Amino acid sequence: MNFWQFIVQNHTEVLELTWEHISLVGISMLIAVLIGIPLGILITRWPALNKPVLGGANIIQTIPSLALFGFLLPVPWIGARAGRLAVLALTLYALLPLIRNTYTGIRGVDRAVVEAGRAMGMTDRQLLFQVELPLALGVIIAGVRIATVLSVGLATIAAAIGAGGLGEFIFRGLAMVSDQLILAGAVPAAALALVADLGLGWVEKRLSPQ
Amino acid sequence: MNSSPRDGVAIEFRNVSYCLDGGRELLSQLNLEILRGETLVLLGRSGSGKTTTLKLINRLLAPTADVVVDGRPTTTWDVIRLRRMIGYVIQDAGLFPHFTVERNIGLVPKLEKWTAERIQKRVEELLQLVGLDHQIASRYPRELSGGQRQRVGVARALAADPPILLMDEPFGALDPITRAELQREFQALQMRLQKTVVFVTHDMREALLLGTRIALIEAGRLVALNTPQAFLHSKDPLVASYVDAFRTDLTTPRN
Repeated sequence: MNFWQFIVQNHTEVLELTWEHISLVGISMLIAVLIGIPLGILITRWPALNKPVLGGANIIQTIPSLALFGFLLPVPWIGARAGRLAVLALTLYALLPLIRNTYTGIRGVDRAVVEAGRAMGMTDRQLLFQVELPLALGVIIAGVRIATVLSVGLATIAAAIGAGGLGEFIFRGLAMVSDQLILAGAVPAAALALVADLGLGWVEKRLSPQ
Repeated sequence: MNSSPRDGVAIEFRNVSYCLDGGRELLSQLNLEILRGETLVLLGRSGSGKTTTLKLINRLLAPTADVVVDGRPTTTWDVIRLRRMIGYVIQDAGLFPHFTVERNIGLVPKLEKWTAERIQKRVEELLQLVGLDHQIASRYPRELSGGQRQRVGVARALAADPPILLMDEPFGALDPITRAELQREFQALQMRLQKTVVFVTHDMREALLLGTRIALIEAGRLVALNTPQAFLHSKDPLVASYVDAFRTDLTTPRN
C-alpha cells in the first residue's frame, strides 16, 4: 500500500488530525499575538524591561520542546488537559519572534519621522498607532510568519502528550515502523507550514510600506 | 517666575544650559530673546548646539532653566498644546512615508479635529502657498523630488497656522539651485506671513540672506548676536573669521 492509497483510505482521520493541528496552532498563535505584540510595544516604551522580557523569551526558546511539554504537566488546570498544555507550550515558543520583531520593527522606524510626529504635537498613542505601528507592520507580520511556521512543526510533538494533531501519525508510525504512517503525518504538516509561510509572506509584502 | 509677557518677545532663553546624561555640556548659559515676526538664524558649525537650542523651544529636549514661550516657561505648558502652536521643519522634511501629501499636510489640523472639508480646503490653500500643483496631493513622499518634499514639509508645518516656526537646516539636503529657489520663496512667504522663525543653518550665505538677526553659536555658547549687516562688518575676531572663511570660499575658486 503506498502513501497516497493510505491517505485516501484514511481520509477522515487525516482530515480530523489536520484540523486538530490547525486548531492547536491557530489558538496558540492567537494568544501569542495578543501577548507578544503588546509586550514588544511595551519594551519600546520602557527600555528597562527590554532585557528581562527578551531574555525570558529567549530562555523559553532554548528549552527542548519535549521537555517543555513535560515541565508543564504538573501545572494545575493547564496540566489537566493535553490540549491546554499543548496550546500553552506553543504559545510560549511563539513569543520570542513576536516580541523581538515588534520591538525591532518599531525601533527601526526612521527616527526623523518619529521626531517630526512628536514635534507636531502627536501624543504617544497617536504616534504609536498612526506612525510607528503602520510603518513597522511588515516586520511584525514577518515575526508572525516565523512563529507560525515554527508552531506548525512543533505542534507535531504535542501528540507525545496526547494532544492530537498530525504528530499522532508520526508517533504511531515510529512505534509501528511504518513509513506510510510517518509520511501521513509529516507531509500534511509540511504542507501546512508551506501554506502558512506563503500566505503570511503575501500579507507581509502587501502591508510593508514601499 | 512669570514675567509679564513683554510685547514683542516671542521666545526667551534665560540662562539655559543643556547637558547630556554623561555630563557633556551641549549648551551653556544661553540668554536670548527672539522677537515676534523676526527670523532669527542660529548659525554655527555642526555640533555647536544650534539644534539643541531649537529642540529646547518645543521641548523635544527638556530645558534646565526657563525657556519662555509667549510669556510662560515651556515647563508650565501642556507639551502637546505647546508643540501644536510651533511648526517644525527639518532637513529632508521628515514626512510620513505612508501618508499621501494631503494627509501629511493635514496632519495637525486632523489632530486638532478640524472637519474634513476644512482640512481639504486648507491643504489646497497651502499647496498653492508653497508653489505646488494640487495634483500632487494624492502622491506619496517617495514620488516627489527633494525640493517638492521640502515644500510639503513647510506646508505641513504651516497647516494649523502656528505663530512660531522652527526650521532645522530645512534646505540642507537640496541641490544649490533648488536651495536658492526655496530660499527666495521662503523670503517671500515670510514677508507675507510674518511668523516668528528660528532658523538653524551652518551656511553663512543662507544666514545673511534670510536672517533678521544672526546668532552665532560656538561650542555651546552664544558668541555674537547681530543683524546681517553688522555681522558682515563685525570686528569680533570669531565673527570675522567666519566671514573670512566664506569670503575666501567665494573669491578663490580652486583652479
